[in-house]
Amino acid sequence: MAQDAFQGVPLRSALGRVRGKGSARGGTHHWFMQRVTSVALLPLMLWFTLSVATLAGASHAETVAWIGRPVNALLLLASIALAFHHTAAGLQVILEDYLHKEWPRLVAILLAKGACWLAAIAAAFAVLRIAI
Amino acid sequence: MIGRRTDGTPIRRPLSPHLQVYDMAQMTSATSIASRITGVIWTVGLLILVWWLLAAAAGPRAYATVSWFLSSWLGVLGLFGLTAAAWYHTLNGVRHLAYDAGFGFDIPTTYKTGRAVIIGTAVATILTWIIALTAWA
Repeated sequence: MAQDAFQGVPLRSALGRVRGKGSARGGTHHWFMQRVTSVALLPLMLWFTLSVATLAGASHAETVAWIGRPVNALLLLASIALAFHHTAAGLQVILEDYLHKEWPRLVAILLAKGACWLAAIAAAFAVLRIAI
Repeated sequence: MIGRRTDGTPIRRPLSPHLQVYDMAQMTSATSIASRITGVIWTVGLLILVWWLLAAAAGPRAYATVSWFLSSWLGVLGLFGLTAAAWYHTLNGVRHLAYDAGFGFDIPTTYKTGRAVIIGTAVATILTWIIALTAWA
């Protein structure tokens, strides 16, 4: 498919080709969203790491009480969504870099994305079950 | 490598250095690949987080299993490594955001910030564990 795109007279300008924006105008979207999620995750991860550190050795009741506090539940849900988006994006880039055959690459990326989706939903479900 | 010009005509392009000839102990490449590796380690950390949350939601018995594992020597060792990886990925992520914005690409600055990230990771990891061990005790 990529070969065919170069056959014959190119109908797109060199600038358009370099920008990589097709009809969806999404050339840098994946890359950009990885940066956006990373900026959002900075304060969330500081909060999460330090909070969880204070939960070391906590009993089940103490842990559930902490997760169930509305502010903590809200920030946990935000962290889960952003962290798994960021992870899925990162894993995809790694798989794209190291898997050169199209089918294994496609299957691996879909599996990684599916696993991230399921894990994120499971984590959010657990938080909601405790908090609500 | 056979590449393509923007008009589609083929061209022989120079290859970038392979692992065999590239010195991976340099600050630049070492901090770069470590960022990716610590990102993958974070993925494992997220799975532990999911396990921890699900266990907390399931009840005291499931939670006892996860806290037994996390407080075992293997669990503590894993969490310590995870903490270091998390701090490294976070601090080096800030460095990469600066790169993306166009700052800090010259070699002296790269080495300086690289050293700062490594020292920062060590300090933040130890501080986190001081908090954790104080809470645990």
